[in-house]
Amino acid sequence: MILLTRRATFSASHYYWNDGWSEEKNQRVFGRCANRNGHGHNYTLEVTVAGEPDPVTGFVIDLKWLKDVIEEKIMSAWDHRHFNLEVPEFAATIPTSENIAIAAWRRLEPALAAGARLAAVRVYETPEIFAEYRGES
Amino acid sequence: MKAYFGRRYIFSASHRLHADSLSPAQNRAAYGKCNNPHGHGHNYVVEVLVRGEVATETGMVVNLVDLDRVVRKQVLDRFDHTNLNHDPLFTAVVPTTENLCRSVYRLLKDHLHPAELEYVRVEETENNFFQCFDDHPAGANAEGQRVS
Repeated sequence: MILLTRRATFSASHYYWNDGWSEEKNQRVFGRCANRNGHGHNYTLEVTVAGEPDPVTGFVIDLKWLKDVIEEKIMSAWDHRHFNLEVPEFAATIPTSENIAIAAWRRLEPALAAGARLAAVRVYETPEIFAEYRGES
Repeated sequence: MKAYFGRRYIFSASHRLHADSLSPAQNRAAYGKCNNPHGHGHNYVVEVLVRGEVATETGMVVNLVDLDRVVRKQVLDRFDHTNLNHDPLFTAVVPTTENLCRSVYRLLKDHLHPAELEYVRVEETENNFFQCFDDHPAGANAEGQRVS
């Protein structure tokens, strides 16, 4: 089996806030991430698919196609957006890196199913902080 | 929903690769310039990946602040700006980055509850790195006993 990964970068803003908590508890748990004016990151998305190389093309999948799917499903919806205020799946879900990875999986998996088996989605919030989702329930 | 959270840390330390059971010539053959008598140093990068349920109320597998505290106490405070050969963990074990990686895994694995440790990756330089997924050698069980 071969794992193939395509990287893409986007910039977005967010904040962490649980409406069910007091302001004091939000500040205590989330620290500066609870600043309601939000803050931003240069995110790096890594999309990993698994498969065997096609005997004719030698491709697990066509990287250009994967790039186009990422562009359509993720970049057009998330790049230069505010997760909390503009991205529907975060209307009631905190846009942590974990939840962003899960949301990216949900956007990509149906679109890729025809041609690839999605293995993992990794989201780097900074070069030192990242989350990954592998489709596990 | 199960997901993974990763964080990269850095510490600087020195080491010398030398096995007491080998002759000087054998040590030089095995370790080359890493066997130079006064050691040398690296900026080690430690990547820690933990797995667990994403808590609905926080959206997190683990709070970054808690993970940072554990790694600082268990690993960074112990190794940063030290000579690894002087650490009790490496009195009878050569401080190769393979062994360092497994040591870091062992130092962290019981301190991440309710999350669990998925792997520890240690980068010795930009060009070589090591990953550990368990705390016992291949061919041994969790108690370190040989299994066939």
